[in-house]
Amino acid sequence: MYLKNGTILLKEPPSILSFASVVGKKEGEGPLSSYFDIVEYDTKFGEKTWEKAESKMQQIASQTALDKANLKKKDIDIMFAGDLLNQCIGSGYSARELNIPFYGLYGACSTMAESLSLASIFVSFNIVNRALALTSSHFCSAERQFRQPLEYGGQRTPTAQWTATGSGAIIVEKNCGAPYVKAVTIGKITDLGIKDISNMGAAMAPSAYNTLKSFFEDTNSKPNDYDLILTGDLGVVGSDLLIQLLLKDNIDISAVHNDCGKMLYNLKEQQVNAGGSGCGCGASVLCSLILKQIKDGILKNVLFLGTGALMSTTSTQQGESIPAIAHLVHISNDNVHIERR
Amino acid sequence: MNITPEQYQEMTKIASPNSKSYKNIPMAFLVGGLICTLGQFLNNLFISYGISTEIAGTLTSVSLIFLSALLTGLNIYKKIAKVAGAGTLVPITGFANSVVSPALEFKSEGLILGLGAKLFVISGPVIAYGTLASILYGIIYYIIKIL
Repeated sequence: MYLKNGTILLKEPPSILSFASVVGKKEGEGPLSSYFDIVEYDTKFGEKTWEKAESKMQQIASQTALDKANLKKKDIDIMFAGDLLNQCIGSGYSARELNIPFYGLYGACSTMAESLSLASIFVSFNIVNRALALTSSHFCSAERQFRQPLEYGGQRTPTAQWTATGSGAIIVEKNCGAPYVKAVTIGKITDLGIKDISNMGAAMAPSAYNTLKSFFEDTNSKPNDYDLILTGDLGVVGSDLLIQLLLKDNIDISAVHNDCGKMLYNLKEQQVNAGGSGCGCGASVLCSLILKQIKDGILKNVLFLGTGALMSTTSTQQGESIPAIAHLVHISNDNVHIERR
Repeated sequence: MNITPEQYQEMTKIASPNSKSYKNIPMAFLVGGLICTLGQFLNNLFISYGISTEIAGTLTSVSLIFLSALLTGLNIYKKIAKVAGAGTLVPITGFANSVVSPALEFKSEGLILGLGAKLFVISGPVIAYGTLASILYGIIYYIIKIL
C-alpha cells in the first residue's frame, strides 16, 4: 500500500531469512568485532587490486548468507547490489560470479537500505520468492577514486569520515519468521547547498530529516514507537545536525537515535575523526549486531535509514553542491501492523 | 524543509569542530624545522668532505627527496604527516611524497596509463603554476633592471 510521502506499507511483511557481514582489519578492531561473520585481516582479500578485493568481499558476504540459510546460488531469484565504485564495478563482478538475475544500484552509502527496500518489495508483492540485497565499500578503493593516493601525507579535517571496509548481504523470503520488513520509505534528493566533501554528514543530515519526517507523517507514528532509529553514516556532525533539524519541528529522536558511523569504530582511539562512512558502514552494522538483536527480540522495532551523498568527483571539482538521499526501512520483530489514527 | 540553505550553512558551521590549530601549528613548526635542520646537517656534512657549496646543496636536496620517497614506500611518511601537517608538506620532502604516492597507487593500471599518466596528478599544478610564477617574476625583475 502506497502512502502519500513515499512510504510503501508491506501488508504481508517479508522475512529476513539470512544475513551476513564481512569487514576488514580496522573494523575488526572496533567495538563490534565479535558480531561480524568474517573479519579479513588481508585488506586485499588475496586479490591484485583494491577493486577486485571489494568484489571478493561482496562474494564472501553473499556466500556466507547463502550458507547460513542452507541455500545455493540458484535458489535466489533476483539480486539488488551496488557499491561506491565508478559504474558499480564491484557489484558487476560479484553478479558475474553469482550468476543471479541482477539489478545494479547506485545510492552511494544508502545502498543497503535501497537494495533491502527493493528486495522486500519484490518478495512482499510475490514478484519473486527469494531476493538478495548486497552492498559494500572498501576504504582503499574509495580513497583512490574520491580522494588522494593512500600513501599521500596529509591531515584530515575533524569533520571528515572514514570509509569503512565492509560488506553486508541479506536474503529476503516470505514466512520465515523475524526479522520482518514492515515498510519502506523512498527518499527524496535533498540538497541544502553543502559543498565540502570532508563534511558529508552535514550534507546528508537534511535528507535523513526529510525521509524520517515523511515516514512519521505517513504512518502517524512518533520516535518513541521505535526502539532504535539507526542512520547509516551521518557520523558525529551529521547526527547532531539531524537531531537539531527535527527538534525545530518538535520531533525529538535523541533518546532512540544512533548512527552506524559512530558505532563501527572507537572514534578517538582509531582516529576516524567524525566516524565511519560508506555503504559498508551501514551494511556491516545492520547485518551483524542490529539484525541479530531484532531476531532475538532485544530490539522490537527499528528504523534503518541508509544515507547517501550522491556527488561525483567531477561535480565536486566543478564546485557543485552535494545532492543527498536517505531511504528508510522499518524492520520489526513482529509482523503485525498497528493501525494508527 | 523549514530552513533555508543559508540558515543551514550557519548551523553546520556551529556543529562542525574546527581543526586544532593550537596543536597543528606548533607540530608543523617543529617537524618542518627538524626536516630543515636535517637538511642543514647534511649540507654541512657534504661540505666537510670538501664538496663545493653548490654541489653540496644539490646533494642535500637529492638526499631529502630519497629519504621522503623511501619513507613513503614504507608507509611511514603519511604517519608522520598526519601529525605534522604543513610541516611535512612544505619542505621538498612533501613534494617527493606527492609524486611517489600516486606512483604507488596507480601502478595497478599499468606503467603508461596508470603510473606514467597519474605521476603528477597532485604535483602537476604546483609545477605548472610554479613555472608560470617564475616566468612572471623574471619579467618583472628584467623590467625593474632596465628602469
